[in-house]
Amino acid sequence: MSTAHEHNDISHVAPVKVLLGVFGALIFLTVLTVAAVFVDLGPLNIWIAMGIATVKALLVALFFMHLAYDRPFNGIVFMAALVFSGLFVSIALLDSREYKKNVDDFRAVTPLSIPAGK
Amino acid sequence: MSTTTTTAPGALTPAVQPESDNYLKNSTGLLSWAMTLDHKRIGVMYLVAVLAAFFLGGMFALALRTELFFPADSTGQGLFLTPDLYNQMFSLHGAIMVFLFIIPSIPAALGNFILPVMLGAKDVAFPRLNLWSFYLWCVGAVFFLVVLMQGGLDTGWTFYTPYSSTKSLTAVVPALMGAFILGFSSIFTGINFLVTLHKMRPPGMTFFRLPLFLWGLYATAVIQVLATPVLGITLLMLVVERSFGIGIFDPALGGDPVLFQHFFWFYSHPAVYIMILPGMAIISEVISTFSRKHIFGYRFIACSSIAIALFGFFVWGHHMFTSGQSPLASTIFSALTFSVAVPSAIKVFNWLTTMYKGNIVLGAPMIYALGFLFLFAIGGLTGLFLGTMGTDIHLHDTYFVVAHFHYVMVGGTLWAFLAGLYYWWPKMFGKMYSERSAIVGSIVAFIGFNLTFFPQFFMGSQGMPRRYFTYVPEFQIYHQLSTIGAYTLLVGLLIVAYNLVQSLLKGERAPSNPWGSATLEWQCTSPPPYYNFKDSPEVGDPYDLDRVQWDPKTKGYVNRPDYVPSASH
Amino acid sequence: MSTTPHTAGVAAAPPHGAHAHGDHAHGGHGDHGDHGHHNPDVAHHFDTANQQFDAGKLGIWAFLVTEVLFFSGLFCAYSIWRNLNPEVFLYAHHYLDTTLGATNTVVLLFSSLTAAWAVRCAQLNQKKGLVLCLSLTLLCAFGFLGVKYVEYSHKLHDGIGWGTAYQPHNPKLFSELTASGHYLNGRYVSEIAAERNLGIDGVPYAELDNAGKFQIAEQLRPEFLPEPVKVRTFFGIYYGMTGLHGVHVVGGILVFLWLLVRALKGQFHAGYFGPVDYAALYWHLVDLVWIYLFPMLYLIH
Repeated sequence: MSTAHEHNDISHVAPVKVLLGVFGALIFLTVLTVAAVFVDLGPLNIWIAMGIATVKALLVALFFMHLAYDRPFNGIVFMAALVFSGLFVSIALLDSREYKKNVDDFRAVTPLSIPAGK
Repeated sequence: MSTTTTTAPGALTPAVQPESDNYLKNSTGLLSWAMTLDHKRIGVMYLVAVLAAFFLGGMFALALRTELFFPADSTGQGLFLTPDLYNQMFSLHGAIMVFLFIIPSIPAALGNFILPVMLGAKDVAFPRLNLWSFYLWCVGAVFFLVVLMQGGLDTGWTFYTPYSSTKSLTAVVPALMGAFILGFSSIFTGINFLVTLHKMRPPGMTFFRLPLFLWGLYATAVIQVLATPVLGITLLMLVVERSFGIGIFDPALGGDPVLFQHFFWFYSHPAVYIMILPGMAIISEVISTFSRKHIFGYRFIACSSIAIALFGFFVWGHHMFTSGQSPLASTIFSALTFSVAVPSAIKVFNWLTTMYKGNIVLGAPMIYALGFLFLFAIGGLTGLFLGTMGTDIHLHDTYFVVAHFHYVMVGGTLWAFLAGLYYWWPKMFGKMYSERSAIVGSIVAFIGFNLTFFPQFFMGSQGMPRRYFTYVPEFQIYHQLSTIGAYTLLVGLLIVAYNLVQSLLKGERAPSNPWGSATLEWQCTSPPPYYNFKDSPEVGDPYDLDRVQWDPKTKGYVNRPDYVPSASH
Repeated sequence: MSTTPHTAGVAAAPPHGAHAHGDHAHGGHGDHGDHGHHNPDVAHHFDTANQQFDAGKLGIWAFLVTEVLFFSGLFCAYSIWRNLNPEVFLYAHHYLDTTLGATNTVVLLFSSLTAAWAVRCAQLNQKKGLVLCLSLTLLCAFGFLGVKYVEYSHKLHDGIGWGTAYQPHNPKLFSELTASGHYLNGRYVSEIAAERNLGIDGVPYAELDNAGKFQIAEQLRPEFLPEPVKVRTFFGIYYGMTGLHGVHVVGGILVFLWLLVRALKGQFHAGYFGPVDYAALYWHLVDLVWIYLFPMLYLIH
């Protein structure tokens, strides 16, 4: 199983060491992210959680999904998805925060109460 | 009757092919069509399907325009519609036209047929996915038929909340599901075209040797893949909100209706570029061929297609200036909207320059292309008034908007669709149509279209709101002109339909290359054999019209035997 | 590489005049001697196995792009809601069981490993390994759904559904012990009432009707975190995100079952393993989504 040069005509073969190594790293990072919950760093907590998730995602994308070995175009295609999702979320979020005051002012006068049974 | 076709340089493309090889005839029976994997047959089925949808959507439009010939009387009674029914007419007109007709039209009906042949390929990358695209279109259409039978739709094709999530009593959920399924049909077409263009180009055909029709389809495919899924999730969330009262979009439940609009327009603005890019791509082909001249500014036109596709994602908030969107976001969107006008203008200038000092042939495709230039220019320029935040506050939700988008969608996309249909009709069906009635039809349609929509700019800027069942007397003259125009347009389109059907029954046999174009689809017979090409055709500059010469015997163009390709551009 | 055109398996017409453009008349990798007849593993409209594989790969990546954008709508709703109502999320997430969420994370990560390994087996003609890996992936997928079922049923048992089905009939109340900084995990009102012998007019809590039980809960509220009225929307988002993800897991199960059947029939080998690769890529995406969902929903503090 630890042959030096496994080969396939059509595409790159992932070595066992890489697969197991990445899996180990992923488990470690999962433990880390759960442990981080018990350390209170205020607003930083969510960014740390997202950061660890991103490292895990990169490991999966680069090694399990072969992006590290494929032609770069596939990776560019995937990046495009993330860029456009990011564009969408960030502008919508920006706008929501900007008009939040209008909504809050209105709610101060007319509080929200969800009717029973609705 | 030669059974081999070679495309060795110097060989004239034979006009005769064993009938059994013709894609229309190589297998018979309903199932051979319903389960075909041949992109050409799928294209033809799509053509019939989208034209049927166009007819249905058009009927709703005529109902609207007829009702609006007179305002409601003093008791609020209309001619033959109630206000509720009126709301249904415009909602169904919009939804059917957008989702069942315009978005699939050029890519699915013409693109499916022409793209592989233009590439010299045997089929698209995923023929089964292609067939599934068509099946999904049919399922989506069935959902809309269900809507018609179950109370219609009165939310507008835009499904704004909270009306669509809480108040409307019409068949909103089936309509949302239908649009959702149609979205997947569109996505699969986009994936197919993207992969085909990346992986199945023949030797010698680099990206910058692709015909511009394919550049347009490529840019469209990028938008289909990136934008349509967001519509999918939006519609799904609305279904769930309406059915279970989740509360993301409904203010009574703590939700945000402006958020719905952000979700909806993030797709629907790029969607309008899905509608226009393939149309512009057709115009590039037609103008070059019918000016007998190499397209001017090939790289600019190619890159502008990509630019439009990308910039189109940055401007969706210009539909929301009056919605409650923050002034900051509105300002950003207004500024970015101006950027999208630039690549479109670049294209128009390049088309005009192509025509300059060309030998213009006024065939039917060219008449439509010229009509396109005029109508799209008006539509595009009036978009600037709407993209400018200050003027849009006044014009939003008036007939000015209605006129603008009909000029670009009908004057733009439909005119380009007709140009393409006339251009490739001989290739697809092997028949020539009568030029005279084609041109008469196009002129009547042109007059009718302008009569319908030009007056609407005036009444819109004077304050006539859109989607209204009635109006004040000062607008009556505009409405009446508009309605007369609508019926004139109908007559023009009927002439077109008659012209095309007649060609199938009585038209002359079409040569391989009736118009003298240098793109590869004209290197096979008309109609093509089911395998497209026996040997891969030779790739060259797709706009080097010196490659072909007129042959009076076949009444078409043939490859010049002594052709030497000029230095590549 | 992606912009250079593929060489045709069928000999192209000999070039006339200029323009060799670096094309070779004969096929490159993977095209050994295919000129007259076609490799049975390659569809008729492709020239070589490589071209077919590359096309399928790009196709599945384009599909994954659509999946990312599909989920982005829910991520957007989550981001906005959490940004504008952080206290709702902080409160409501206590209802979620972090242990079960972490278990599911590990299960999915392991299934990603087995899916990637399955591709490797197919590439190396290891049929037994392929079948084993596909089966393990399926097992994990079922395991994930099983844990999900447990989680959902706990919530539904407490009356926590989504939208109009959000009718908690035995609400939990949460508080923080500020001194030690520990979180008191949710305690049922019934529990607290039993401890403190709460009741109305001598009737103990357990024997009260619903109205009475809520009255007791209201009495306790000032001591514990008040339930914000938008908790219901939190659960809408929770069920929406995990539900849509679950639907994709089910889709993955169907695909892997189909793959397993084909693998048992010996249809995959070193010259043809595209479907295994593409399905594994889909499955990795399902895993990727969960990698983000887990901290976003279960680890809010």
